[in-house]
Amino acid sequence: MNRLLLSALAAGMVFGTGIAISGMGNPAKVLNFFDPFGTWDPSLALVMAGALITTALGYRIIFGRISAPLFDGRFHLPTASAIDVKLVAGSALFGVGWGISGFCPGGAIPALGFAPWPTALFLIAMGAGILIARRLLGFSRRQTA
Amino acid sequence: MTPEFTPLAALSGGILIGLAAVILMAFNGRIAGMTAMLDGVLEPQNADNRWRLAFLAGAVGAPLIAAQLGAEFSFAAPTTGAALAVGGVIVGIGVTYGSGCTSGHGVCGLARLSPRSFVATATFMVTTFATVTLIRHGLGG
Repeated sequence: MNRLLLSALAAGMVFGTGIAISGMGNPAKVLNFFDPFGTWDPSLALVMAGALITTALGYRIIFGRISAPLFDGRFHLPTASAIDVKLVAGSALFGVGWGISGFCPGGAIPALGFAPWPTALFLIAMGAGILIARRLLGFSRRQTA
Repeated sequence: MTPEFTPLAALSGGILIGLAAVILMAFNGRIAGMTAMLDGVLEPQNADNRWRLAFLAGAVGAPLIAAQLGAEFSFAAPTTGAALAVGGVIVGIGVTYGSGCTSGHGVCGLARLSPRSFVATATFMVTTFATVTLIRHGLGG
């Protein structure tokens, strides 16, 4: 087995476990975070803080110490820099869908493992949305975050 | 529904999410953004997407195995099936146009101090809050 696949599998396992433990894959908990005027649950602020601080420190160490990743020839970093209508409108729309469903992509993927239903319904609908958007945009390869 | 503040689980889960992003950057040189990761399923014929499929298999497989072994993860979907379906389609369109979601922009992008990701994250946090507030409390707040 390709070592790039093994490290990706390991990273995925850590990610999925983190999401499951954190509550990010629990729509009820997510929706309560966004409801400070009602049943507010601030937990997700700590999820975001923990993830962000760990990633920022880790990236700093990686980019400071090595010029290329351990299993690949170069870092594959996003190159897009335009802050345009597409970015803002897309992000705004994503938030509306997140607020309606309680699921974001990274929360839903691991939730499929411990709550297959109704997570599958969301993921299938999301896949349809992605395919619709790609057709509308007419692109084959997306620039990502 | 009574909200339950779970600071320890939230913080440790968040650190694991960050650790996953660090592992993927250190070994593969890749951003742990789930919007792009879905290409592993949507474009499986592309050989460059195999590592994405491996990541997704781990992300679904680890909690699946843990749950089979008796681990209990809190889960409740308070919305209707229609809300999940409609919300899902909107999320799919939004993350495609916005080039990322909570993991790509909100974690990896902010960690790289990407201005694009700051704008994206601020935008979707505000519209999610506005949507939940509107649905739960109506226009009167």
